Amino acid sequence: MKFAIMVNEGPYTHQSSDSAYQFTKAALKQGHEIFRVFFYHDGVNNGTRFTAPPQDDRHLVNRWSELAEQHGLDLVVCVAAAQRRGVIDDKEAQRYGKDGNNIAPGFRISGLGQLIEAGIQSDRLLVFGD
Amino acid sequence: MLHTVNKSPFEKNSLQTCLRLAKEGNDILLIEDAVYAATKGTSVSEMVAQAATNFNLYVLGPDLLSRGVGQDELIAGCEVVDYAGFVRLATENDKVQSWL
Repeated sequence: MKFAIMVNEGPYTHQSSDSAYQFTKAALKQGHEIFRVFFYHDGVNNGTRFTAPPQDDRHLVNRWSELAEQHGLDLVVCVAAAQRRGVIDDKEAQRYGKDGNNIAPGFRISGLGQLIEAGIQSDRLLVFGD
Repeated sequence: MLHTVNKSPFEKNSLQTCLRLAKEGNDILLIEDAVYAATKGTSVSEMVAQAATNFNLYVLGPDLLSRGVGQDELIAGCEVVDYAGFVRLATENDKVQSWL
């Protein structure tokens, strides 16, 4: 079965990033396909590689990046939500004249259409957030 | 249909809204802070015990464990599932509605 996952809450806020990650991992383990994970609103903060939690804490951003690498996940960050919160890739940095980018490995910045497509293409859409 | 609720009933009304709008026989899964709703002896225990007779009520085990809630503290009729069970519930139901 194809799943689409939506994360609307930032990391280390409540538990949504954790819950979405654990669900995604469990679904992959059962042989399901994750069509896309879409990060919206404060959820885009899951996609900055500048995150540096204490060493004895889980690294939510790296966890997503690693899972994406292992399973070829499509991690999409909403462009408008990301611009507002300073989550940018190289292209956005050039467009807005910023001195660098902070998008984490495995993540890409794109539009809301990616969420709609994920909803259409997947059998189930699960929303995690506030 | 599967409904998930992730907020404590002592903080938000999402559980109450879910119970009001869910159809009889639907699956309801309590995750994150919503697992507190499944504990005995609270101001919502009666409502949740009643809900357990109208719906299939599930509680996410890892979220109980991380909050130190023992399974002996749960209202009768709540079934504890793990993340694999969460995924199964999502596949068995044709739609998933998250009450946030």
